[in-house]
Amino acid sequence: MEIEETLLPGVGIRYEMATRAGRAIVIVVERDGGVQVGTYSADDPDQALECIVLDADEALAIGELLGAARMSQRFADLSREVPGLESARLPVTPESPYGGRSLGDTHARTRTGCSVVAIVRGDEVISSPGPAEPLHVGDTLVAIGTERGLRTLAALIENGWTEEVRALCAGPA
Amino acid sequence: MHSLTLLFVELGAIFAGLAVLSWAANRLGISAIPLYLVAGVFFGTGGLVPLDAALPFVSIGSEIGVLLLLLTLGLEFTASELVQSLRRHRRSGIVDFVLNFLPGLGAGLLLRLPFVVAVALGGVTWISSSGLIARLLGDLGRLANRETPSVLSVLVLEDIAMALFLPVLLVMLSGGGPLQALGGAALAMGAVGLALYAARHAGHRIARILSTKNDELALFWLLGATLLVAGATEALGASAAVGAFLVGIAVPTEVADRARVLLSPLRDLFAAVFFVSFGLSTDPAQIWPVLGVALALAVVTTLTKVATGWHAARRDGVQFNGRLRAGTALVARGEFSIVIAGLAATAGSDDIKPIATAYVLVLAVAGPILARYSDSIAGRIRPSGRPRRART
Repeated sequence: MEIEETLLPGVGIRYEMATRAGRAIVIVVERDGGVQVGTYSADDPDQALECIVLDADEALAIGELLGAARMSQRFADLSREVPGLESARLPVTPESPYGGRSLGDTHARTRTGCSVVAIVRGDEVISSPGPAEPLHVGDTLVAIGTERGLRTLAALIENGWTEEVRALCAGPA
Repeated sequence: MHSLTLLFVELGAIFAGLAVLSWAANRLGISAIPLYLVAGVFFGTGGLVPLDAALPFVSIGSEIGVLLLLLTLGLEFTASELVQSLRRHRRSGIVDFVLNFLPGLGAGLLLRLPFVVAVALGGVTWISSSGLIARLLGDLGRLANRETPSVLSVLVLEDIAMALFLPVLLVMLSGGGPLQALGGAALAMGAVGLALYAARHAGHRIARILSTKNDELALFWLLGATLLVAGATEALGASAAVGAFLVGIAVPTEVADRARVLLSPLRDLFAAVFFVSFGLSTDPAQIWPVLGVALALAVVTTLTKVATGWHAARRDGVQFNGRLRAGTALVARGEFSIVIAGLAATAGSDDIKPIATAYVLVLAVAGPILARYSDSIAGRIRPSGRPRRART
């Protein structure tokens, strides 16, 4: 797969890609965030046809639609490449003690060895969140780690740092 | 008291007139620049009404208009766009210069204009109107076309070339020899480099100053910096316009968009004043004798611009129709041709005004029309219709 990127001075960036199915797709991302998506005419290989014009917010919504779906897929691919590494999507439920607190408060890394690599909030994805990133009820944490670590992390997010969760950490695998 | 009344009435009449012209241009789907020029020509020197009271405002306003045109031009593109254009389309830029500068120079010499004025006329025929063309490409829905990067690259190269050309021209106009002109060019090149360097390395500081939420504050910073630098470059013997252009380049991309939005109403206002002022000081009686030459020059440089666009698009692997679209898109001349002619005129070479006015009148109108019907022209001159499908 090859995406050709050309600068359009004063306008933005133009991306061109030939899909495996044999169609050419051209995307112009304008500086103000507006996007035009088109394909080429059969008679004139250089003329973009059927241009769909998207405003910045529309383009963002579609980008996130494509991006969020790809995100979990990418982590699945990643965990397939490294033996023993798994990924999980963990919801922050209303019962969770961490709703309204920061990611750092969970001490997820120290306690379970898992990394929270992204937070999905509505149609927004916060990738590589820092410890200060606040968690809200309804967020979904995307985490990678060992299977056991992830199980512990799920319990930790759900119940807090309770005796049971501590036992999960220390107990047999 | 009486003079103040007269000033307001004249200025009011000018702006009301501009409003009507802008409306008419919009309805006709053409650029308003030629209409502003014509309006100017028919008033003022040798025209219907002299407009004496408004003249001081108009002449200062027109100077500011030039600065704002160049400032927003500098804001248009970034260092990386310039570098990529240079890398990919350096040859197109040279072809552009040779094909479009020489006809103007030749015509100037044939008209027995002084050599420097002929050089200025070369500049008039060389530089396409990036304002007209950028809007045209958007209106015609051609931004995603494969020939568009080559068109925009040629425009960027012209813009940067103008930053070198203006100081050279100015040095020559003030009677400097070729060595001094070369010095002016070197100085300008250094200054452009410095501005690009500043944008890259001190960009975040400039960005911080300009990223204040307060629009008024950001506007004052921009205008203050522009006028100060413009004054400094003028004092150094380069054109103030070049200084404004450098400020535009130095403003980093993150805030350039906001700066453009802030400045665009001001630019539209003062640029219109500039076109009117240029027309005002042009005597209509002088236009008729040069009309034939201007037309001939327009025809020749239309063909040479089409050849330029054709060449640039071919380098990007574009086929017949696309090449013709690229060529015809570049034909429009406008604001910068007038800026160059205006510079030559302020340096005391008024003879360039009539021909530059007539020339821009023709091509600012004909260029966009030609671009619009490019595909049907392509169908005519290539009756076999379908272009060969030689996709890469």
